Amino acid sequence: MSVITLERRADLPPGVQGRATPRVPLPRLARLRAFALPAVLLLLWQSLTSAGVFPDYLLPAPAVVANELLALAAGGVLAEHIAITVWRVAVGFAAGALAATLLGALTGYSSSARAYLDPTLQALKAVPSLAWVPLFILWFGIFEASKITLIGVGVFFPVYLNLMSGIQSTDRKLVEVARVNGLGRFDLIRRILIPATLPSYLTGLRSGLALGWMFVIAAELMGASQGLGFLMIDGQMTGRPAIIIGALLLFAVAGKLSDALIAAAARRLTAWQDGYGASQESGRA
Amino acid sequence: MLDISQLSKTFADGGGLTHTALEGVDLRIGDREIVSLVGTSGCGKSTLLRLVCGLDQPTGGDIRLEGRPVTGPSPNVGMVFQEPRLMPWLSVTENVRLALLDLARREQDRRIADALEKVGLADFASALPRQLSGGMAQRVAIARALVRQPSVLLLDEPFSALDSFTRLKLQDHLVELWEREGFTLILVTHDVEEAVVLSDRVVVLRGHPGRIHREVDVDQPRPRSRTAVEVQRLKEEIIASLDLS
Ligand SMILES: Nc1ncnc2c1ncn2[C@@H]1O[C@H](COP(=O)(O)OP(=O)(O)OP(=O)(O)O)[C@@H](O)[C@H]1O
Ligand SMILES: [Mg+2]
Repeated sequence: MSVITLERRADLPPGVQGRATPRVPLPRLARLRAFALPAVLLLLWQSLTSAGVFPDYLLPAPAVVANELLALAAGGVLAEHIAITVWRVAVGFAAGALAATLLGALTGYSSSARAYLDPTLQALKAVPSLAWVPLFILWFGIFEASKITLIGVGVFFPVYLNLMSGIQSTDRKLVEVARVNGLGRFDLIRRILIPATLPSYLTGLRSGLALGWMFVIAAELMGASQGLGFLMIDGQMTGRPAIIIGALLLFAVAGKLSDALIAAAARRLTAWQDGYGASQESGRA
Repeated sequence: MLDISQLSKTFADGGGLTHTALEGVDLRIGDREIVSLVGTSGCGKSTLLRLVCGLDQPTGGDIRLEGRPVTGPSPNVGMVFQEPRLMPWLSVTENVRLALLDLARREQDRRIADALEKVGLADFASALPRQLSGGMAQRVAIARALVRQPSVLLLDEPFSALDSFTRLKLQDHLVELWEREGFTLILVTHDVEEAVVLSDRVVVLRGHPGRIHREVDVDQPRPRSRTAVEVQRLKEEIIASLDLS
Protein backbone atom coordinates (compact mmCIF):
# COMPACT_ATOMS: atom_id res chain seq x y z
CA MET A 1 0.00 0.00 0.00
CA SER A 2 1.37 3.38 -0.79
CA VAL A 3 1.09 5.62 2.18
CA ILE A 4 0.04 8.82 0.56
CA THR A 5 -1.86 9.47 -2.59
CA LEU A 6 0.27 10.13 -5.58
CA GLU A 7 0.35 13.61 -6.84
CA ARG A 8 -0.10 12.69 -10.46
CA ARG A 9 1.05 15.28 -12.87
CA ALA A 10 -1.11 16.12 -15.80
CA ASP A 11 1.81 16.02 -18.21
CA LEU A 12 2.87 12.54 -17.15
CA PRO A 13 0.84 9.48 -17.97
CA PRO A 14 0.59 7.12 -15.01
CA GLY A 15 3.72 5.07 -14.68
CA VAL A 16 5.36 7.11 -17.35
CA GLN A 17 8.53 5.22 -17.83
CA GLY A 18 9.94 8.62 -18.30
CA ARG A 19 13.23 8.37 -20.08
CA ALA A 20 13.94 11.69 -21.70
CA THR A 21 10.67 13.15 -22.86
CA PRO A 22 10.05 11.68 -26.29
CA ARG A 23 10.82 14.34 -28.82
CA VAL A 24 8.07 15.02 -31.28
CA PRO A 25 9.64 14.95 -34.74
CA LEU A 26 9.20 18.27 -36.39
CA PRO A 27 7.11 18.32 -39.52
CA ARG A 28 9.35 18.37 -42.56
CA LEU A 29 8.37 21.86 -43.59
CA ALA A 30 9.26 23.35 -40.23
CA ARG A 31 12.79 22.01 -40.58
CA LEU A 32 13.19 23.97 -43.77
CA ARG A 33 12.95 27.21 -41.80
CA ALA A 34 16.73 27.17 -41.44
CA PHE A 35 17.06 27.60 -45.19
CA ALA A 36 14.88 30.69 -45.44
CA LEU A 37 17.62 33.21 -44.71
CA PRO A 38 20.20 31.61 -47.08
CA ALA A 39 17.55 31.63 -49.81
CA VAL A 40 16.88 35.33 -49.29
CA LEU A 41 20.61 36.09 -49.35
CA LEU A 42 21.00 34.08 -52.54
CA LEU A 43 18.20 36.05 -54.19
CA LEU A 44 19.75 39.30 -53.05
CA TRP A 45 23.12 38.23 -54.39
CA GLN A 46 21.58 37.23 -57.72
CA SER A 47 19.66 40.48 -58.13
CA LEU A 48 22.64 42.63 -57.16
CA THR A 49 24.86 40.94 -59.71
CA SER A 50 22.33 40.91 -62.52
CA ALA A 51 21.57 44.59 -61.90
CA GLY A 52 25.27 45.13 -62.41
CA VAL A 53 25.80 46.80 -59.03
CA PHE A 54 29.11 44.96 -58.61
CA PRO A 55 31.47 44.19 -61.46
CA ASP A 56 32.03 40.58 -62.41
CA TYR A 57 35.66 40.46 -61.39
CA LEU A 58 34.69 41.36 -57.80
CA LEU A 59 31.41 39.56 -57.22
CA PRO A 60 30.45 36.99 -59.84
CA ALA A 61 26.85 35.76 -60.05
CA PRO A 62 25.78 32.67 -58.09
CA ALA A 63 25.57 30.64 -61.29
CA VAL A 64 29.18 31.49 -62.14
CA VAL A 65 30.31 30.26 -58.73
CA ALA A 66 28.25 27.09 -59.10
CA ASN A 67 29.71 26.42 -62.55
CA GLU A 68 33.24 26.93 -61.32
CA LEU A 69 32.67 24.46 -58.47
CA LEU A 70 31.03 21.96 -60.81
CA ALA A 71 33.92 22.16 -63.22
CA LEU A 72 36.34 21.47 -60.37
CA ALA A 73 34.16 18.67 -59.09
CA ALA A 74 33.92 17.01 -62.50
CA GLY A 75 37.61 16.24 -62.57
CA GLY A 76 37.52 14.89 -59.01
CA VAL A 77 39.93 17.66 -57.98
CA LEU A 78 37.43 19.35 -55.69
CA ALA A 79 36.78 16.17 -53.74
CA GLU A 80 40.51 15.84 -53.14
CA HIS A 81 40.79 19.41 -51.88
CA ILE A 82 37.86 18.90 -49.56
CA ALA A 83 39.13 15.54 -48.33
CA ILE A 84 42.58 16.80 -47.44
CA THR A 85 41.17 19.78 -45.54
CA VAL A 86 38.67 17.64 -43.66
CA TRP A 87 41.42 15.15 -42.87
CA ARG A 88 43.65 17.89 -41.44
CA VAL A 89 40.86 19.23 -39.25
CA ALA A 90 39.90 15.74 -38.11
CA VAL A 91 43.40 14.69 -37.14
CA GLY A 92 44.24 18.05 -35.54
CA PHE A 93 40.96 18.07 -33.67
CA ALA A 94 41.41 14.52 -32.42
CA ALA A 95 44.96 15.19 -31.23
CA GLY A 96 44.14 18.54 -29.61
CA ALA A 97 40.95 17.29 -27.99
CA LEU A 98 42.65 14.16 -26.66
CA ALA A 99 45.50 16.09 -25.06
CA ALA A 100 43.05 18.65 -23.67
CA THR A 101 40.82 15.94 -22.25
CA LEU A 102 43.68 14.23 -20.44
CA LEU A 103 45.16 17.44 -19.04
CA GLY A 104 41.80 19.09 -18.31
CA ALA A 105 40.57 16.03 -16.44
CA LEU A 106 43.77 15.96 -14.43
CA THR A 107 43.83 19.64 -13.48
CA GLY A 108 40.08 19.71 -12.88
CA TYR A 109 40.12 16.73 -10.56
CA SER A 110 43.37 17.17 -8.69
CA SER A 111 44.19 20.48 -7.11
CA SER A 112 47.89 19.66 -6.94
CA ALA A 113 48.01 18.85 -10.65
CA ARG A 114 46.27 22.16 -11.18
CA ALA A 115 48.84 23.98 -9.08
CA TYR A 116 51.69 22.49 -11.10
CA LEU A 117 50.26 22.61 -14.62
CA ASP A 118 47.56 25.21 -14.98
CA PRO A 119 49.66 28.40 -14.65
CA THR A 120 51.97 27.22 -17.43
CA LEU A 121 49.09 26.25 -19.69
CA GLN A 122 47.39 29.58 -19.06
CA ALA A 123 50.61 31.36 -20.00
CA LEU A 124 50.86 29.35 -23.22
CA LYS A 125 47.26 30.25 -23.95
CA ALA A 126 48.25 33.90 -23.83
CA VAL A 127 50.48 33.36 -26.88
CA PRO A 128 48.34 34.14 -29.94
CA SER A 129 48.15 30.73 -31.60
CA LEU A 130 49.30 31.96 -35.01
CA ALA A 131 52.52 33.11 -33.40
CA TRP A 132 53.54 29.45 -33.19
CA VAL A 133 53.64 29.15 -36.96
CA PRO A 134 57.30 30.04 -37.59
CA LEU A 135 58.46 27.67 -34.89
CA PHE A 136 56.24 24.82 -36.05
CA ILE A 137 57.42 25.22 -39.63
CA LEU A 138 61.02 25.21 -38.45
CA TRP A 139 60.44 22.13 -36.30
CA PHE A 140 58.02 20.10 -38.34
CA GLY A 141 58.62 21.32 -41.89
CA ILE A 142 56.06 22.87 -44.21
CA PHE A 143 54.09 19.68 -44.75
CA GLU A 144 51.35 18.02 -42.74
CA ALA A 145 52.94 17.82 -39.30
CA SER A 146 53.20 21.57 -38.78
CA LYS A 147 49.65 22.17 -40.02
CA ILE A 148 48.16 19.52 -37.79
CA THR A 149 50.10 20.73 -34.77
CA LEU A 150 48.81 24.25 -35.34
CA ILE A 151 45.22 23.01 -35.58
CA GLY A 152 45.73 20.86 -32.49
CA VAL A 153 46.94 23.87 -30.51
CA GLY A 154 43.88 25.83 -31.57
CA VAL A 155 41.55 23.04 -30.52
CA PHE A 156 43.36 22.37 -27.25
CA PHE A 157 42.60 25.49 -25.23
CA PRO A 158 38.80 25.77 -25.36
CA VAL A 159 38.46 22.05 -24.65
CA TYR A 160 40.96 22.17 -21.81
CA LEU A 161 39.46 25.26 -20.16
CA ASN A 162 35.86 24.10 -20.42
CA LEU A 163 36.64 20.65 -19.07
CA MET A 164 38.70 21.91 -16.16
CA SER A 165 36.23 24.57 -15.10
CA GLY A 166 33.34 22.16 -15.67
CA ILE A 167 34.82 19.64 -13.24
CA GLN A 168 35.65 22.31 -10.71
CA SER A 169 32.25 23.90 -10.76
CA THR A 170 30.45 20.61 -10.16
CA ASP A 171 27.86 21.38 -7.50
CA ARG A 172 29.43 20.78 -4.09
CA LYS A 173 26.02 19.75 -2.81
CA LEU A 174 25.88 16.83 -5.21
CA VAL A 175 29.40 15.77 -4.29
CA GLU A 176 28.29 15.75 -0.65
CA VAL A 177 25.53 13.32 -1.55
CA ALA A 178 28.25 11.06 -2.93
CA ARG A 179 30.22 11.37 0.30
CA VAL A 180 27.23 10.69 2.55
CA ASN A 181 26.49 7.57 0.54
CA GLY A 182 30.08 6.39 0.66
CA LEU A 183 30.72 6.46 -3.09
CA GLY A 184 34.26 5.44 -4.01
CA ARG A 185 36.47 7.50 -6.27
CA PHE A 186 35.49 5.53 -9.35
CA ASP A 187 31.74 5.84 -8.75
CA LEU A 188 32.11 9.52 -7.90
CA ILE A 189 33.80 10.11 -11.25
CA ARG A 190 31.50 7.90 -13.27
CA ARG A 191 28.14 8.73 -11.76
CA ILE A 192 28.62 12.35 -10.73
CA LEU A 193 31.65 14.19 -12.09
CA ILE A 194 31.45 13.00 -15.70
CA PRO A 195 27.74 13.66 -16.22
CA ALA A 196 27.95 16.97 -14.37
CA THR A 197 30.85 18.06 -16.55
CA LEU A 198 29.50 16.83 -19.86
CA PRO A 199 27.58 19.97 -20.91
CA SER A 200 30.56 22.22 -20.43
CA TYR A 201 32.93 19.68 -22.03
CA LEU A 202 30.71 19.47 -25.11
CA THR A 203 30.65 23.25 -25.32
CA GLY A 204 34.42 23.14 -25.25
CA LEU A 205 34.50 20.58 -28.05
CA ARG A 206 32.24 22.73 -30.19
CA SER A 207 34.34 25.85 -29.74
CA GLY A 208 37.45 23.75 -30.30
CA LEU A 209 36.10 22.46 -33.56
CA ALA A 210 35.26 25.98 -34.71
CA LEU A 211 38.84 27.02 -34.00
CA GLY A 212 40.04 23.92 -35.83
CA TRP A 213 38.34 25.17 -39.00
CA MET A 214 39.78 28.61 -38.47
CA PHE A 215 43.30 27.28 -38.09
CA VAL A 216 43.12 24.94 -41.05
CA ILE A 217 42.62 27.93 -43.30
CA ALA A 218 45.46 29.75 -41.66
CA ALA A 219 47.68 26.72 -42.15
CA GLU A 220 46.64 26.23 -45.76
CA LEU A 221 46.91 29.92 -46.66
CA MET A 222 50.49 29.86 -45.46
CA GLY A 223 51.61 27.17 -47.77
CA ALA A 224 49.88 24.15 -49.17
CA SER A 225 49.49 22.53 -52.53
CA GLN A 226 46.05 21.13 -51.76
CA GLY A 227 43.03 21.91 -49.66
CA LEU A 228 40.26 24.50 -49.58
CA GLY A 229 42.62 27.14 -48.26
CA PHE A 230 44.99 26.50 -51.14
CA LEU A 231 42.04 26.79 -53.51
CA MET A 232 41.33 30.26 -52.16
CA ILE A 233 44.94 31.39 -52.60
CA ASP A 234 44.88 29.91 -56.06
CA GLY A 235 41.68 31.84 -56.87
CA GLN A 236 43.29 35.02 -55.63
CA MET A 237 46.49 34.51 -57.66
CA THR A 238 44.63 33.71 -60.84
CA GLY A 239 42.02 36.42 -60.34
CA ARG A 240 39.03 34.11 -60.09
CA PRO A 241 36.74 35.39 -57.31
CA ALA A 242 34.26 32.61 -58.09
CA ILE A 243 36.70 30.04 -56.72
CA ILE A 244 37.32 32.04 -53.56
CA ILE A 245 33.60 32.43 -52.93
CA GLY A 246 33.01 28.76 -53.74
CA ALA A 247 35.65 27.69 -51.23
CA LEU A 248 34.16 30.02 -48.63
CA LEU A 249 30.76 28.43 -49.11
CA LEU A 250 32.27 24.97 -48.81
CA PHE A 251 33.95 25.97 -45.54
CA ALA A 252 30.61 27.19 -44.24
CA VAL A 253 28.91 23.93 -45.16
CA ALA A 254 31.67 21.71 -43.75
CA GLY A 255 31.91 23.71 -40.51
CA LYS A 256 28.17 23.67 -40.05
CA LEU A 257 27.88 19.94 -40.73
CA SER A 258 30.67 18.96 -38.36
CA ASP A 259 29.24 21.22 -35.65
CA ALA A 260 25.81 19.69 -36.17
CA LEU A 261 27.32 16.27 -35.48
CA ILE A 262 28.61 17.34 -32.08
CA ALA A 263 25.42 19.24 -31.34
CA ALA A 264 23.34 16.16 -32.08
CA ALA A 265 25.52 14.04 -29.82
CA ALA A 266 25.25 16.73 -27.13
CA ARG A 267 21.47 16.76 -27.33
CA ARG A 268 21.32 13.03 -26.75
CA LEU A 269 23.89 12.96 -23.98
CA THR A 270 22.43 15.85 -22.02
CA ALA A 271 18.73 15.23 -22.57
CA TRP A 272 18.31 15.30 -18.78
CA GLN A 273 18.98 19.04 -18.72
CA ASP A 274 16.08 21.18 -17.69
CA GLY A 275 16.94 24.26 -19.68
CA TYR A 276 14.92 26.82 -21.56
CA GLY A 277 15.84 25.23 -24.89
CA ALA A 278 14.58 21.81 -23.80
CA SER A 279 11.24 23.24 -22.68
CA GLN A 280 10.83 24.90 -26.07
CA GLU A 281 11.59 21.62 -27.84
CA SER A 282 9.11 19.52 -25.91
CA GLY A 283 6.48 22.22 -25.80
CA ARG A 284 6.33 22.32 -29.57
CA ALA A 285 3.79 19.97 -31.06
CA MET B 1 21.79 5.39 21.34
CA LEU B 2 23.43 8.51 19.98
CA ASP B 3 25.70 10.19 22.44
CA ILE B 4 27.02 13.68 21.75
CA SER B 5 29.34 15.14 24.33
CA GLN B 6 31.06 18.50 24.60
CA LEU B 7 30.82 18.87 20.86
CA SER B 8 32.25 21.99 19.30
CA LYS B 9 33.06 23.10 15.79
CA THR B 10 35.24 26.00 14.80
CA PHE B 11 35.63 26.94 11.15
CA ALA B 12 38.82 28.51 9.88
CA ASP B 13 37.63 31.31 7.62
CA GLY B 14 40.97 31.69 5.93
CA GLY B 15 43.22 34.64 6.63
CA GLY B 16 43.74 33.37 10.20
CA LEU B 17 40.20 34.23 11.27
CA THR B 18 38.11 31.58 12.97
CA HIS B 19 34.42 31.25 13.55
CA THR B 20 32.98 29.03 16.24
CA ALA B 21 29.60 27.67 15.18
CA LEU B 22 28.94 25.24 18.03
CA GLU B 23 30.33 24.98 21.54
CA GLY B 24 29.94 22.48 24.35
CA VAL B 25 26.91 20.66 22.99
CA ASP B 26 25.80 17.66 25.09
CA LEU B 27 22.93 15.60 23.78
CA ARG B 28 21.87 12.00 24.31
CA ILE B 29 19.25 10.62 22.00
CA GLY B 30 17.67 7.23 22.62
CA ASP B 31 16.78 4.63 20.03
CA ARG B 32 13.55 5.42 18.15
CA GLU B 33 13.39 8.87 19.65
CA ILE B 34 12.29 11.83 17.55
CA VAL B 35 14.20 14.99 18.41
CA SER B 36 13.74 18.36 16.75
CA LEU B 37 16.40 21.05 16.73
CA VAL B 38 15.09 24.59 16.57
CA GLY B 39 16.88 27.90 16.82
CA THR B 40 17.44 31.13 15.01
CA SER B 41 19.29 31.21 11.72
CA GLY B 42 23.03 30.67 12.02
CA CYS B 43 23.01 29.08 15.46
CA GLY B 44 24.63 25.90 14.19
CA LYS B 45 21.77 23.45 13.52
CA SER B 46 23.02 22.36 10.11
CA THR B 47 26.56 22.22 11.43
CA LEU B 48 25.41 19.81 14.15
CA LEU B 49 23.72 17.51 11.63
CA ARG B 50 26.76 17.57 9.35
CA LEU B 51 28.92 16.50 12.25
CA VAL B 52 26.54 13.68 13.19
CA CYS B 53 26.49 12.29 9.66
CA GLY B 54 30.25 12.54 9.36
CA LEU B 55 30.38 15.11 6.55
CA ASP B 56 32.43 17.44 8.77
CA GLN B 57 34.81 16.66 11.61
CA PRO B 58 34.32 18.24 15.05
CA THR B 59 37.06 20.41 16.49
CA GLY B 60 36.21 19.32 20.04
CA GLY B 61 34.21 16.67 21.86
CA ASP B 62 32.87 13.53 20.24
CA ILE B 63 29.88 11.74 18.82
CA ARG B 64 29.20 8.10 19.50
CA LEU B 65 26.63 5.89 17.86
CA GLU B 66 25.99 2.65 19.74
CA GLY B 67 29.21 3.38 21.60
CA ARG B 68 31.37 3.70 18.49
CA PRO B 69 32.80 7.10 17.55
CA VAL B 70 31.52 8.64 14.32
CA THR B 71 34.49 9.39 12.10
CA GLY B 72 32.87 9.67 8.69
CA PRO B 73 29.74 8.90 6.70
CA SER B 74 28.27 5.47 7.34
CA PRO B 75 25.27 3.51 6.08
CA ASN B 76 23.99 3.64 9.63
CA VAL B 77 23.18 7.33 9.36
CA GLY B 78 20.91 8.63 6.60
CA MET B 79 20.77 12.30 5.67
CA VAL B 80 18.14 14.38 3.89
CA PHE B 81 19.15 17.93 3.03
CA GLN B 82 16.99 20.98 2.66
CA GLU B 83 17.06 20.48 -1.11
CA PRO B 84 16.40 17.04 -2.60
CA ARG B 85 19.89 16.97 -4.15
CA LEU B 86 18.97 14.48 -6.85
CA MET B 87 21.35 13.96 -9.76
CA PRO B 88 19.41 15.50 -12.67
CA TRP B 89 20.93 12.97 -15.10
CA LEU B 90 19.83 9.91 -13.15
CA SER B 91 16.36 8.44 -13.00
CA VAL B 92 14.61 8.09 -9.66
CA THR B 93 15.76 4.48 -9.44
CA GLU B 94 19.37 5.33 -10.19
CA ASN B 95 19.33 8.18 -7.69
CA VAL B 96 18.24 5.81 -4.95
CA ARG B 97 20.80 3.26 -6.12
CA LEU B 98 23.58 5.69 -5.13
CA ALA B 99 23.09 4.58 -1.53
CA LEU B 100 23.46 0.89 -2.38
CA LEU B 101 26.44 0.63 -4.70
CA ASP B 102 28.35 -1.83 -2.53
CA LEU B 103 25.51 -4.39 -2.61
CA ALA B 104 24.81 -7.04 -5.21
CA ARG B 105 22.80 -5.78 -8.17
CA ARG B 106 19.71 -7.89 -7.44
CA GLU B 107 19.70 -6.81 -3.83
CA GLN B 108 19.94 -3.19 -4.99
CA ASP B 109 16.94 -3.60 -7.27
CA ARG B 110 14.90 -5.30 -4.60
CA ARG B 111 15.61 -2.59 -2.04
CA ILE B 112 15.01 0.26 -4.47
CA ALA B 113 11.61 -1.13 -5.45
CA ASP B 114 10.78 -1.55 -1.78
CA ALA B 115 11.87 1.97 -0.82
CA LEU B 116 10.01 3.61 -3.70
CA GLU B 117 6.91 1.67 -2.77
CA LYS B 118 7.18 2.99 0.77
CA VAL B 119 7.34 6.62 -0.30
CA GLY B 120 4.57 6.07 -2.84
CA LEU B 121 6.68 6.64 -5.95
CA ALA B 122 6.78 3.16 -7.45
CA ASP B 123 5.15 4.48 -10.61
CA PHE B 124 7.88 7.05 -11.10
CA ALA B 125 10.83 4.70 -10.85
CA SER B 126 12.22 5.67 -14.22
CA ALA B 127 11.23 9.35 -14.28
CA LEU B 128 13.95 11.98 -14.37
CA PRO B 129 14.15 14.54 -11.53
CA ARG B 130 12.93 17.36 -13.79
CA GLN B 131 9.65 15.47 -14.19
CA LEU B 132 8.96 15.47 -10.44
CA SER B 133 7.22 18.04 -8.24
CA GLY B 134 9.11 19.44 -5.25
CA GLY B 135 7.32 17.14 -2.82
CA MET B 136 7.98 14.07 -4.96
CA ALA B 137 11.65 14.95 -5.29
CA GLN B 138 11.97 15.29 -1.53
CA ARG B 139 10.32 11.88 -1.12
CA VAL B 140 12.93 10.40 -3.44
CA ALA B 141 15.58 11.96 -1.20
CA ILE B 142 13.90 10.36 1.83
CA ALA B 143 13.80 7.01 0.03
CA ARG B 144 17.50 7.33 -0.76
CA ALA B 145 18.28 8.05 2.89
CA LEU B 146 16.12 5.20 4.19
CA VAL B 147 16.97 2.51 1.67
CA ARG B 148 19.99 1.42 3.73
CA GLN B 149 17.74 1.06 6.78
CA PRO B 150 19.90 3.39 8.86
CA SER B 151 19.47 3.47 12.60
CA VAL B 152 19.51 7.27 12.55
CA LEU B 153 17.80 9.52 10.02
CA LEU B 154 18.83 13.18 9.90
CA LEU B 155 16.62 15.74 8.20
CA ASP B 156 17.77 19.33 7.68
CA GLU B 157 14.69 21.50 7.12
CA PRO B 158 13.40 18.90 4.66
CA PHE B 159 10.00 20.46 4.10
CA SER B 160 10.78 24.16 4.25
CA ALA B 161 10.62 24.66 0.50
CA LEU B 162 7.21 23.00 0.14
CA ASP B 163 3.73 24.46 0.24
CA SER B 164 1.90 23.99 3.54
CA PHE B 165 -0.44 21.29 2.26
CA THR B 166 2.39 19.13 0.88
CA ARG B 167 4.33 19.80 4.05
CA LEU B 168 1.53 18.44 6.26
CA LYS B 169 1.21 15.34 4.10
CA LEU B 170 4.92 14.66 4.22
CA GLN B 171 5.02 15.13 7.99
CA ASP B 172 2.32 12.47 8.43
CA HIS B 173 4.14 10.28 5.96
CA LEU B 174 7.39 10.62 7.88
CA VAL B 175 5.72 9.58 11.13
CA GLU B 176 4.24 6.52 9.41
CA LEU B 177 7.66 5.55 8.08
CA TRP B 178 9.12 6.06 11.53
CA GLU B 179 6.46 3.87 13.12
CA ARG B 180 7.18 1.07 10.67
CA GLU B 181 10.95 1.28 10.41
CA GLY B 182 11.84 2.32 13.93
CA PHE B 183 14.80 4.61 13.27
CA THR B 184 15.97 7.45 15.45
CA LEU B 185 14.96 10.75 13.89
CA ILE B 186 16.67 14.11 14.26
CA LEU B 187 14.90 16.93 12.51
CA VAL B 188 16.06 20.50 12.06
CA THR B 189 13.18 22.85 11.47
CA HIS B 190 12.19 26.50 11.59
CA ASP B 191 8.60 25.53 12.07
CA VAL B 192 8.07 25.23 15.82
CA GLU B 193 4.62 23.72 15.40
CA GLU B 194 6.10 21.02 13.19
CA ALA B 195 8.70 20.36 15.88
CA VAL B 196 6.07 20.00 18.62
CA VAL B 197 3.70 17.85 16.59
CA LEU B 198 6.40 15.43 15.45
CA SER B 199 8.89 15.13 18.28
CA ASP B 200 9.37 13.47 21.63
CA ARG B 201 11.73 16.26 22.53
CA VAL B 202 12.44 19.73 21.15
CA VAL B 203 15.98 21.04 21.62
CA VAL B 204 16.40 24.80 21.47
CA LEU B 205 19.81 26.02 20.28
CA ARG B 206 20.78 29.62 20.81
CA GLY B 207 23.58 32.09 20.47
CA HIS B 208 26.85 32.53 18.60
CA PRO B 209 28.48 30.10 19.04
CA GLY B 210 25.41 27.92 19.31
CA ARG B 211 24.77 26.07 22.56
CA ILE B 212 21.80 24.10 23.83
CA HIS B 213 19.56 26.62 25.54
CA ARG B 214 16.84 24.26 26.74
CA GLU B 215 15.10 20.99 26.00
CA VAL B 216 11.34 20.59 26.02
CA ASP B 217 9.73 17.16 26.34
CA VAL B 218 6.50 16.61 24.48
CA ASP B 219 4.54 13.95 26.38
CA GLN B 220 1.56 13.76 24.11
CA PRO B 221 0.17 10.60 22.52
CA ARG B 222 0.37 10.25 18.73
CA PRO B 223 -1.25 11.08 16.43
CA ARG B 224 -1.27 14.65 17.66
CA SER B 225 -3.64 17.34 16.64
CA ARG B 226 -1.98 20.55 15.58
CA THR B 227 -4.71 22.52 17.28
CA ALA B 228 -4.59 20.68 20.63
CA VAL B 229 -4.30 23.08 23.56
CA GLU B 230 -1.14 21.48 24.87
CA VAL B 231 0.56 21.57 21.45
CA GLN B 232 -0.24 25.25 21.08
CA ARG B 233 0.93 25.98 24.61
CA LEU B 234 4.31 24.28 24.05
CA LYS B 235 4.65 26.07 20.75
CA GLU B 236 4.15 29.47 22.39
CA GLU B 237 6.58 28.56 25.13
CA ILE B 238 9.30 27.49 22.70
CA ILE B 239 8.82 30.51 20.47
CA ALA B 240 9.18 32.71 23.53
CA SER B 241 12.47 31.06 24.43
CA LEU B 242 13.74 31.53 20.87
CA ASP B 243 12.99 35.22 20.89
CA LEU B 244 14.87 36.01 24.09
CA SER B 245 18.26 36.57 22.53
N1 LIG C 1 31.86 25.80 5.92
C1 LIG C 1 31.77 26.84 6.75
N2 LIG C 1 32.80 27.71 6.87
C2 LIG C 1 32.72 28.78 7.69
N3 LIG C 1 31.65 29.05 8.46
C3 LIG C 1 30.60 28.22 8.41
C4 LIG C 1 30.60 27.08 7.54
N4 LIG C 1 29.42 26.44 7.69
C5 LIG C 1 28.71 27.16 8.59
N5 LIG C 1 29.43 28.23 9.04
C6 LIG C 1 28.99 29.21 10.04
O1 LIG C 1 28.53 28.51 11.17
C7 LIG C 1 27.38 29.13 11.68
C8 LIG C 1 26.27 28.12 11.80
O2 LIG C 1 25.86 27.75 10.50
P1 LIG C 1 24.70 26.69 10.27
O3 LIG C 1 24.57 26.52 8.82
O4 LIG C 1 24.97 25.50 11.10
O5 LIG C 1 23.45 27.47 10.85
P2 LIG C 1 21.93 27.01 10.91
O6 LIG C 1 21.54 27.00 12.32
O7 LIG C 1 21.74 25.77 10.13
O8 LIG C 1 21.22 28.22 10.19
P3 LIG C 1 19.94 28.19 9.21
O9 LIG C 1 18.77 28.07 10.12
O10 LIG C 1 19.98 29.53 8.56
O11 LIG C 1 20.11 27.04 8.28
C9 LIG C 1 27.04 30.30 10.79
O12 LIG C 1 27.47 31.48 11.41
C10 LIG C 1 27.84 30.04 9.55
O13 LIG C 1 28.30 31.24 9.00
MG1 LIG D 1 20.81 25.23 8.29
